[in-house]
Amino acid sequence: MAKLTILSDRCKGCGLCVEVCPKKVLGFDKKSLNAKGYRPASAIAPENCVGCAFCARMCPDCVITVER
Amino acid sequence: MAKLLMKGNEAIAEAAIRAGCRCFFGYPITPQNQIPEYMSKRMPQVGGTFLQAESEVSAINMVYGASGAGARVMTSSSGPGVSLKQEGISYLAGAQLPCVIVNIMRGGPGLGSIQPSQGDYYQATRGGGHGDYRLPVLAPSSVGEAVELTRKAFDLADKYRTPVIVLGDGMIGQMMEPVELPDDGESAREPESKPWAARGWDGSSPRAIINSLYIDPSVLEQHNLALQRKFAEIEKAETSFASERVEDADLVIAAYGTMARIARSAIRMARAEGLKVGMIRPVTLWPFPSEPFAQAARTAKAFLTVEMSAGQMVDDVRLAVAGRKPVHFYGRTGGMVPTVRDVLSRIKEAV
Amino acid sequence: MAVVFEKSRSLTDEILTYCPGCTHGIIHRLVAEAIDDLGAQSSTIGVAPVGCAVFAYNFFAVDMMQAAHGRAPAVATGIKRALPDRIVFTYQGDGDLASIGMAEIMHAAARGEKITTIFVNNAIYGMTGGQMAPTTLVGQVTTTSPYGRKEELCGKPIRMSEIIAQMDGTAYAARVSVHDPRHVMEAKKAIRRAFEAQRGGEGFAMVEVLSTCPTNWGMTPIEALKWVATDMIPYYPLGVYKDSSKGAA
Repeated sequence: MAKLTILSDRCKGCGLCVEVCPKKVLGFDKKSLNAKGYRPASAIAPENCVGCAFCARMCPDCVITVER
Repeated sequence: MAKLLMKGNEAIAEAAIRAGCRCFFGYPITPQNQIPEYMSKRMPQVGGTFLQAESEVSAINMVYGASGAGARVMTSSSGPGVSLKQEGISYLAGAQLPCVIVNIMRGGPGLGSIQPSQGDYYQATRGGGHGDYRLPVLAPSSVGEAVELTRKAFDLADKYRTPVIVLGDGMIGQMMEPVELPDDGESAREPESKPWAARGWDGSSPRAIINSLYIDPSVLEQHNLALQRKFAEIEKAETSFASERVEDADLVIAAYGTMARIARSAIRMARAEGLKVGMIRPVTLWPFPSEPFAQAARTAKAFLTVEMSAGQMVDDVRLAVAGRKPVHFYGRTGGMVPTVRDVLSRIKEAV
Repeated sequence: MAVVFEKSRSLTDEILTYCPGCTHGIIHRLVAEAIDDLGAQSSTIGVAPVGCAVFAYNFFAVDMMQAAHGRAPAVATGIKRALPDRIVFTYQGDGDLASIGMAEIMHAAARGEKITTIFVNNAIYGMTGGQMAPTTLVGQVTTTSPYGRKEELCGKPIRMSEIIAQMDGTAYAARVSVHDPRHVMEAKKAIRRAFEAQRGGEGFAMVEVLSTCPTNWGMTPIEALKWVATDMIPYYPLGVYKDSSKGAA
């Protein structure tokens, strides 16, 4: 079991993390917008996270912290 | 203090070393080559850096880096090279970085000639690069004064966090004269502490950011207003000139650098013939000593500006005299130097 | 639970000014991690370029200078000569380094200047709105090559890593990419090595990082990552072009 923390207000919704996640943990919350007007990424299947940190390594805005 | 016989360029270089300059970045161009040559020999002896850059553009940006890191730093060049440096000089002025830039002027425009000139007066006194800024410009008229003003240039640069220009003509650079250099004991000074410099951030104070970019126009305007306040302070405190026999003069000559020496000889001859002629010699070209000219306009009948240019400083003299008396001009360009006889005949026409 | 990934100490908390999906942010992080790994945060001075990374001085939590367009290697030289024991790096784009700043980068390498240059190649001028860069691919459409870059008019794009590797003063030259996590890890190693080369006094070190510009390429961030793999890497082969600790590649 691993844990992702996403600073949603700093996310620009680029989707790089969603693209590289091997376990389909990440997706977009289609209902919410952040303060900057972007649709932030969020953990839609957190139970599948293995803590590989691919998402964090690809995030251009350093919004993801990974714990395992 | 022993007197030494030195070439102007070498004396400027040695004066810089004794003012604590330990970084020099330059590029060859006549007639200032003795400055980088001298520095290449002396800097290793005093544990400093001499680096011949790939261009004037690079040299001035190396100055930016070393100055931003807190070093006392100098570069030197002549007209065409100083034009190349203008981008960097504007950045230095914007980022408020102290340094000394020596321009040993040659004939222009373009590649021009390698003979003495004063054609870079506008460039030096109006900032020279893009944007609203001025730089202190010091104009020596002897090798001894070049030594004194080089030292002063470093002190002004640090005091006001600004680039300072030492503006000499080719004759000042090339002539040999006896000079007194301050001895090492008195002058091997550590530069004052520069808390704003980028030397590594230990977290105890805000990070150092050396920068001239202010993307928000209202912030940039504030920055510009702060710069203008600094320039006003420099104008108030640092204006310098020498006046000679102005009190009873009917004609006041305005001349700087080597031209002032030629004018002095002409004045001596004119006085011998009974003509009442004096001279105001600006030592700082910016800030320009307007006040003594305004004063002299009350008593003198006319002014004569003599320059090795097509007429540049004459504009500042006219601004100072403000139409109260006629301001005549005599100058030669391209490396041609007015003779004493030439100046004397112009004096006779103007009186 | 232990933290396996968090933001580097050598980055500030400022929100990056780059467009969504632009990989400048990844490269910033890798540089900051290399500084962290070397324990060099307090002894590092960075030089920001002109271009999209002009605000880098807001993002790296180290002392910073902003340089005129293309002049970062000269500014870095001035810093390093004044403070030889500090770590000095430049962060430059393709227009900055390979066009207007060609003289400065070549001579910094020739002198073996002990600085580290991070060269971000995204084949376009980003900040000014998508004009042709010296690294724009033949056929690539930009706002100043609206019919595609034509070789007969503009020549072929410049491969800087190969050129820099030829200079005797270069200790390390490598081209990496950040278009997927595996390549990000390789880029991290290269950037760290480039800083170690400086600390070891080996000479000039440069890492060219292939990067994306979704906005000016007219692509989604994901399409842009793929374009790096399909179009950029074939022309700009990845690899270590010189490593003085191992001899030339």
